[in-house]
Amino acid sequence: MKFTYTIEGGDFSKAGHASSSVKKVLKQLNVNSKVIKRIVVALYEGEVNVVAHAYRGKIEADINAERIYVRIEDEGPGIPDIGLAMTAGYSTASEKVREMGFGAGMGLPNMKKNTDELKVTSEVDKGTTVEMTTYLK
Amino acid sequence: MKLIDIVDKLGLKVFSNSDKLNEIEVTGGYTSDLLSDVMGNAQEGQIWITLQNHKNVMAVASLKDLAAVILVKSIKPEENFLKQSVEEGIPVLGTDRQAFEMSGELYKIFN
Repeated sequence: MKFTYTIEGGDFSKAGHASSSVKKVLKQLNVNSKVIKRIVVALYEGEVNVVAHAYRGKIEADINAERIYVRIEDEGPGIPDIGLAMTAGYSTASEKVREMGFGAGMGLPNMKKNTDELKVTSEVDKGTTVEMTTYLK
Repeated sequence: MKLIDIVDKLGLKVFSNSDKLNEIEVTGGYTSDLLSDVMGNAQEGQIWITLQNHKNVMAVASLKDLAAVILVKSIKPEENFLKQSVEEGIPVLGTDRQAFEMSGELYKIFN
């Protein structure tokens, strides 16, 4: 099963839409609730990253009996140093984003913790692609 | 413990979903104003104590299957936040107390 969602940069009102939709699908498929929670945490962080940092993005979720594969691709400023971005507590979020309780530098670490395989690729001034695979059993 | 008993014991205001207080089971609490912290660490069935007042709070509460949200320091939920809360069926509660006092009182109930 494949699902596609779009994200607008800066539009926090829709952050969580894809996660919520994927959660419903996984529940219907009777996936273990602990596994669903991990997937949803990682996906939500990914959505928020696009809203907070990029201009626009696209999410593709591909679910089969063994695993869920999510690809989040954005057009945005990109990440110059991915290792640094993966460091807990490191953030480049704006003041406005931080005031809402985002941008604490926990996004990518949360994603790493909650996926089985995480791959981040990025090109400065072009955008970032995040690929996450989590096994359902 | 049922959410209604906690609301009664702590004298909390109920901003939404008052009809659901009887059904919701509470396992404890989590206090934080960082959404990623709650996303990463709160557990299903907990009450989230915060001063964050926007719709994304409800998105996180729903994704984590939290029991309710308590807004501290007399904060009134903004309209979109309330609307989302009704959609998700997760009550928004309120108190005049600040987060430290509110957390302490809730902690006492569970320990």
